[in-house]
Order: sequence, then structure tokens, then C-alpha cells
Amino acid sequence: MTTASAPTRRSLRPRVAPWLFVAPALLLAAGLLAAPILYTLWLSVRGRAVTGGGLGVVSETFVGFDNYLRVLGDTALYAGFGRLLLYAAIAVPGTMLLALLFALLLDNPSTRLGRLSRITIFVPYAVPGVIAALMWGFLYLPGVSPFLAITDALGLARPDLMGPDSIFFAVANVSIWGAVGFNMVILYTSLRGLPQELYDAARLDGCSELQLALRIKLPLIVPGLVFTGLFSIIGALQVFSEPNTLMTLTNAIGSDWVPMMLVYRNAFITNDLYGASAMAIVITAVTVIASLVLLKVLQKRAFGANG
Amino acid sequence: MSAVTDRPAAAQSLRPAPAAPSKPKERRVRAAFWPSAVLLIGAIYCFVPVFWLFAAATKTPGELFTTFTLLPSFNGGFEANLQRLFAFNDGEFFRWSANSLIYAGGGALLSTLVSAAAGYGLAKYEFKGKAFVFNFLLIGVLIPGVILAVPQYLLLSEVGIAGTMWSVLLPSMISPFSIYLARIYATAVVSDELLEAGRLDGAGEFRIFRSVALAPMVPGLITIFLLQFVGIWNNFLLPYIMLSRQELYPLTLGFNAMMNQGTDQPNVYNLVIMGCLLAIVPLVLLFLFLQRYWRLDLVSGSVKG
Repeated sequence: MTTASAPTRRSLRPRVAPWLFVAPALLLAAGLLAAPILYTLWLSVRGRAVTGGGLGVVSETFVGFDNYLRVLGDTALYAGFGRLLLYAAIAVPGTMLLALLFALLLDNPSTRLGRLSRITIFVPYAVPGVIAALMWGFLYLPGVSPFLAITDALGLARPDLMGPDSIFFAVANVSIWGAVGFNMVILYTSLRGLPQELYDAARLDGCSELQLALRIKLPLIVPGLVFTGLFSIIGALQVFSEPNTLMTLTNAIGSDWVPMMLVYRNAFITNDLYGASAMAIVITAVTVIASLVLLKVLQKRAFGANG
Repeated sequence: MSAVTDRPAAAQSLRPAPAAPSKPKERRVRAAFWPSAVLLIGAIYCFVPVFWLFAAATKTPGELFTTFTLLPSFNGGFEANLQRLFAFNDGEFFRWSANSLIYAGGGALLSTLVSAAAGYGLAKYEFKGKAFVFNFLLIGVLIPGVILAVPQYLLLSEVGIAGTMWSVLLPSMISPFSIYLARIYATAVVSDELLEAGRLDGAGEFRIFRSVALAPMVPGLITIFLLQFVGIWNNFLLPYIMLSRQELYPLTLGFNAMMNQGTDQPNVYNLVIMGCLLAIVPLVLLFLFLQRYWRLDLVSGSVKG
């Protein structure tokens, strides 16, 4: 027999209710995040086998780690990772430094036209990556490019904006252009949240606006910087649609330019679903481990007690 | 919070602070050249491609590759492009726009509801396995979209809904980042005392959520909705993999299809350019109108409620 106080206690510390609240998210995550990954894992140890002589019958069998060995022996994967790192090494610092610079300038009281600039710099966030890549692609393209028209007018040599080396900057530029405004707004919001009295005291002590920005504001928005930096890195490691779109306009990007494009090609164009699955698992493992390590290193500073 | 608020000028602090903190009047500091100039260069950098899109949309097919690209043309190219785009395949552009709206609007709404409930559940209850649930939901952020989309497609074809609108809507409903934001926001703005009071009054948990917790969460939920709306509107890969029937395409996919049939349609570039212009205008307007409802401090982790 339950005591009289039991129902009250149960209603104050509900046990079922929290599960009902998280249930839709859990179901969706299980069906659309976990199940696909498990399915990929399953496919990655399967393969095609031809049984019977002559025409034979194609069936699916367990092949163990064959797909992994094949994928890990594929030099295209390593080359893709190399290009991905090079691209990220340009795109991530580029985005972060510009976003930080613009946020600090917006927060600087002697800056004019701040509102106009803030809105204009934010606009690219609303432009789909595919459309951004198409626009920049046209801006790089000889014959349409205004930059090349300018170098021509000045009598300078024509730079190849989508050459084998410059292509890294070309792709990174599309990403930076699209991401800088969003990150700027987040950092600017962090800056606006700081106690203004702090600045007054510093200014009274003769601190210049530049010193104020670098010595006082910058250390205080480290959580915001870590957060935006982390998401920039995760975003850079997942880059796909920008190079995939630019590919139609230049030969400098092959269909295996970054690992993600390689997976797509293997899965849909060369129809090697098993190899593509093994590669997807390898890439996911690398990405998740790299992100988790990064998160652990930065977590304490970024999220403090909240964890 | 509106993005530009009053800022006390340096001189203000010399006066003794008033007892009641009345809003200090904005006193403008003298304008400085370099900060404004550098910021303006950044604005120009962000604006040039959009302006190019506008200029290119005004050009006739003959002018596109022959006249200076940043100079708009006024030879009727704009109207002609507009008419041809609207007439393209019996008004397919409108169908794609409507699809984009359904995917982005519907997907964002559903995902906001799912995230609000999950975020609230994780923020306001203590239960066994909570840490596991949170990590399980969050790890999805780290898995690249390309890698998820392929097996998602295979699994959804098993269930028989690949190629339908639901194959785009369902995966759009789960957003780990939105759940994370909803949790932070619920922690900050929903008062435990009010929840306890509701329980003492004998209200059910769902009723408490609806009538006590949801209202203060609205600004945060609008932010989540907008982030998710843009994310789905701009997503190319998921519909690209899921959909095969052209009448279900969203805009981004439609433009891609137009580009790919470019060879037999010489003026297709003009149409795509015009379409891109029309596709980004509503989003830009949405942002300008909804600016004041943004709670991006939510994203930067400095929510004060």
C-alpha cells in the first residue's frame, strides 16, 4: 500500500514526464542519426560477390575489413584530407579574424555607419551556399570577372583566380564570405553583453580604444570566440556544396577534391556503395574524434560550470 | 534586445551615477576615420557579389558576357529575364518557391517544437540517463551531412518515403544544435518556482510546460526557428539526394537542374541568375523584419534571461 505522501512526492519529482518531453527528439535522433550510422557500419563490412559460373548471380556477402583496407590504401583519400586541411587552414582563421575585427569595430564608439555595415555584412548568411558559390564562380571567371577587368585596365598580368593553388583561396573565400557576418553578430552580441562600467574605468585611466579592445574586450569574449571557432572548424571539415558547385566552372577541382566529395562520387556515380560506406565511417571517425578532442580542450574555458 | 542600444559616452562617467539608473543619453564620440573605413570595406566585400547578381539580372543574354559585369543594363533585360523565368516549364519557378517554403517553414516549425520540448525536458528535470540523452542528441552535430544523407536515403526508401516531401521534412526536424540552444534558453528563463507552484496547484506536467514555460521561451524559440529556416532553405544536399521528381524540388535544386540542362538553353544563365536574385530577396527581408526578435546572445552563451 502506498502512503498518503507518495503521490505528492511523485508529482513534484516527475519520472515519466521528462522522457515524454525528450521522446520526439530521441525517436528522430535514433531513426535519422543513429540508424543511418549503424546501417553505414553494416554496409561497410559487406560486399558484392558473384556466385555461379558464366553470367553468375550477384549477391551481397560479409567481407570483413576488405572495404576498409581498400579505402585506407586509396591515395585519393589522403590527398583529399590534405586539401581539406589546407582549405580549413585558410577558411577558419580567415572567418574568425574578420568576424572578430568587424565585431570590435562595431563596438567601437567612434565608428560610423555601424548599423548599415552590420546589416550588409550579415546579408550573405541568407544566401544559400550553392548560390554563393555560383556568384563567386562568375566573379572569378575570365570574361565576366570584374577583378580581371580591373587588372586588365591597369595593364597588369591576369591572375588565375581558379588555378591549382589559388583555388584553395577561391573556395575558402566563398565560405568566409558566407560565414563572417553570422560570426560577427554573435561576437558583437557578446561584446554588447559586457558591463559598460568596465570601459569607463579603463578610459578614465587613459586606456586607448585599441588597448581597450585588445586588453579588456578580447579576453572577456573568449567563450564566444571558442564557440564560434569550434563551429567554424566543424563546418570547414564538412565542406561539400561550395567546391561541388565550383567544380562546374573550373578544372582545378576534381570530383575527389575533399573526402566528402569522394564519398558522394563513390556512392552515387561509381556505385561503390560498400567502399563509400567504409570511407564514410573512416571520415566520420576522424571528424568526430578531432572535434571531441578539440571540444574537451576548449570546454572548460568556453562553457565553464555548465559543461 | 534591439541590436543597437544606448552607450554611455566616456564623459558620462565623470558625473555621479544617479540613484535610479535612468537611461544615459547617447552622446556621440567623435567619429574616427579608420575604424569606419575598414568596416565599410568589409561591407563592400559582402555586398559586391549581391550587387553583381542584381546587375547581371538586368542583362540580356547577349550582354551578360560582353558588357562590364558590375554595370546594370537598362535595355529591357530585367523584364525579359523575369518573364522567361516565370514562363519556364509552365511556371516551375513558383512551384519550387512554394516547395522551398513548405520545407523551410514546415521543417523549421516542427523542429522548433521538438527542440523546445527536448530542451525543456533536459533543462528542468533531473532523471537517470539525462547526460546520456543529451550527449546522444548532441553528437549529431559532428556527423557530416553528406555522410548521413546517403544511408538516410537508403533507410527511407526501405520505409517507402524516399522521394516524397516527408523525406526532406523528417531529417530536417531533428537539429542537435537547436536542442542545445533550447536547453540553454530554458535553463536561463524558465523559473523553477513557477514550475513548483504549478505542481502544487495540481497541474499536469504538459499543462505546466504549455502555460508556464513556453511563453518566456518564445524569443529563444524564434531564434531557433530562424536559424533552422535558413539552414533548410539553404540546404542543397539533402533534397538533392532524397528527391528525384522535379516538381518536388526546392529552389536550390531547381537552379542546379536548370544549370545542368544549360547546353540546349543558351540563356539559362540569365534565368538562373534572376532566380537566385529572387530566391535571396525574401530571406534578406525576413531577417531585416525579424532582427529585433533575434536572441543571438543565446548562441554566444551569455543569456541573462
